[in-house]
Amino acid sequence: MTAHSNRKIMSVALGATVAVGLTACGGGGFSGSGDAAPQNTAKGPVNLTMIIGSSGDAETNAVKAATAAWATKTGNTVEVVAAANLSQQLGQAFASTKPPDIFYTDAAQIGTFAKAGNLFAYGDQVKDAGFLPALVKTFTYDNKFWCAPKDYSTLALEINTDLWAKAGLTDADVPKTWEELEAVAKKLTTGKVTGLVIGNDINRSGAFIKQAGGWVVSEDGTKMTATSEPAKAGLAEVQKLMKAGVLKFNTDTSPSTGWGGEALGKGVAAMTIEGNWISGAKKDFPNLKYKVVELPAGPAGKGTLLFSNCWGIAAKSPNHDQTIDLVKSLLATDQQMKFADAFGVMPSTEEGAKAFAEKYPDSAAFVKGGDYAQGPVNLPGFNDVLAKFNSQLATLGKGGDPNAWLAELQKNGTAAIGG
Amino acid sequence: MTPSQQTSAPRQKRGGGIRGREGIAGWLFVSPLVLILGIFLVIPIFMALYVSLTNWQGNGSPFTGGEGAQFVGARNYLDLFTRDGLTRSNFMQSIGNTFYYVLLVVPLQTILALSLALLVNNKMLKAKSFFRTAFYFPSVTSSIAIATVFLFLFSNSGAVNAFLGFFGIDAPQWFSDSRGLLHIMFGWVGVDNPAWAQGDILGRSVWDWLSGPSVAMCVIIFLVVWTTSGTFMLMFIAALQDVPVEVEEAAALDGTSQWQKLRLVTVPMIKPALFLVITLGLIGTWQVFDQIYVMGKGAPAGTTLSPAFLSYQQSFENFQYGSGAAMAFIIFVIIVVLTRIQRRVLTDKDERTPLFRSLRRGGRS
Repeated sequence: MTAHSNRKIMSVALGATVAVGLTACGGGGFSGSGDAAPQNTAKGPVNLTMIIGSSGDAETNAVKAATAAWATKTGNTVEVVAAANLSQQLGQAFASTKPPDIFYTDAAQIGTFAKAGNLFAYGDQVKDAGFLPALVKTFTYDNKFWCAPKDYSTLALEINTDLWAKAGLTDADVPKTWEELEAVAKKLTTGKVTGLVIGNDINRSGAFIKQAGGWVVSEDGTKMTATSEPAKAGLAEVQKLMKAGVLKFNTDTSPSTGWGGEALGKGVAAMTIEGNWISGAKKDFPNLKYKVVELPAGPAGKGTLLFSNCWGIAAKSPNHDQTIDLVKSLLATDQQMKFADAFGVMPSTEEGAKAFAEKYPDSAAFVKGGDYAQGPVNLPGFNDVLAKFNSQLATLGKGGDPNAWLAELQKNGTAAIGG
Repeated sequence: MTPSQQTSAPRQKRGGGIRGREGIAGWLFVSPLVLILGIFLVIPIFMALYVSLTNWQGNGSPFTGGEGAQFVGARNYLDLFTRDGLTRSNFMQSIGNTFYYVLLVVPLQTILALSLALLVNNKMLKAKSFFRTAFYFPSVTSSIAIATVFLFLFSNSGAVNAFLGFFGIDAPQWFSDSRGLLHIMFGWVGVDNPAWAQGDILGRSVWDWLSGPSVAMCVIIFLVVWTTSGTFMLMFIAALQDVPVEVEEAAALDGTSQWQKLRLVTVPMIKPALFLVITLGLIGTWQVFDQIYVMGKGAPAGTTLSPAFLSYQQSFENFQYGSGAAMAFIIFVIIVVLTRIQRRVLTDKDERTPLFRSLRRGGRS
């Protein structure tokens, strides 16, 4: 009897708490997912929130200065938040009723964000800025140009000039083809030094696939091409160099290194393939001397990979008009050059890229890469697909069959495209 | 007359007078706690359970329905087991990894903790408090900090490999070695992916299931055993100090050897502590997350994936919150079932209850 009534009181108490909890979680309706979120216009001065994944104080301060300038000019305010873990914080923010108005969005996440209905597609409204065509393609998913590219970086070949000279090589020997790359890598490999050290995922080896004339996903992003001849040929070249002992992944070197720049700085690599962030290695290794050249061409010509972030605008933001205006001010060439000076990124517009190449001739190879670069796969659900492939690719140094991994990539990717 | 009046009436009659209202007063006093626990613990669990039944993608509230959060029934659960694809293969691999991880960590940490406790509890030992502190120290240090230190210790040119190299041992590249221990042992007897192991269980071949923990996972196992045994040592010490001296003296008078005393007297006397340690061990190990997050996030080749990490990734990286929550509840069920089995094993034969009939009673006690 007592047990019975206890249970009853218990259930009443529980019921009450459930009721309290549910009222707390009510409210906040849904805007339809994906297509055609309406443009929201708030009146009067607004307070915008911006969340960024910053590389450090230099970047945070530069962004703060730029947004403050816009704010004073227009009478609005902008709060800039540097996220500790951008993707997680964004995930939580999207679930709330008031996500930040504007945020960094990685090109690889465009599809995932867009499909969940988190992004407001405004790319066409800022197209006049004159973005690099490759960037427009990178941020286009489902036939919509989602957001304005913020900046970009491409891969190039970095050569340790001391080791280069020591091996008796001159400027004339800079590799232009896969055969020449193989030859110089062989010459540079001595003792503890490996000719070429690259990162262990598709973000480096993928450049060889591009040079072989293909990519893992078709141009329009509707089907997988991971088992195509170029994809196989690209990885076969990586494997060939690896078997010859002249190429290693950064995790396989001894001592193992965090990235190509570290391998170059520590002198375990004579060459590496990295983007313009290589300048960070100079801070860690002040004595490092290197030069940057374009990646050698493969059988199908030149090819490199491109990485980029865009200014994503939240579908749920009530201040679309003002936020787009802010983005326009951030895209101006002189503003983009300020960012470039502060933290070394390349401007996303043709005009900006030209100004950058003139001001930083040492980085010209990165700018040139923009003409033939391939952006990351931006389809939804590809995070896992590529993570799986990368985890397999990382073991290439220990043997294994890259074609089998590509076949699995093809299978998993096809499933992801199908939803 | 409402049912509640009906049930409370006999109580008042029985208790009578001043005592009759004690029950209500009691509930009144605990109500703040019930409310707090309810709001922050019970309700979120039910909310998560509901999310696991939707296809919510993290846009807006999952409870208002609509296009972004449709109710899909048990589909997320079924997909994890029946739908051929990456999610299932990752999830099954993570279950396999964690199975071997638990299989090694729980016995090892229990035995190590018990041995340390027996050592420290020894009356002949001097500087007891020093040793207690030393053994307990890894447990109070942040797991993230220790995991980071281990990254350096076990790196290709780290202290461990330098030490092994000193003895001429060719050490593995710990964090990039995806070979399973059992696979390596099979290799010693010349068995490699044989015909009898080609059958398919839940999307993975029998050979894959039989891989054992990868070399990289072994580092994590070593780390976890080292860090957690200090905590469990404390529990064992507390239990050992409760063992009456007379019992030990009686055993000594009966002429038991040290080993017999341990096996037949000490361990049965500290059985409740043993139960506690193994239960906490089982629960903690199935939920392993932070070490995985720091040490590779599943690399190499997915051999350090754990369901808890995968659930996080599925939710916060891929925005598949429903599927991520479903994973979490499957771990929950695994833990409950294992704890039941373990409780039955540790109970005396004559006190045993059927395995699952008493689930509800167990839950409330």
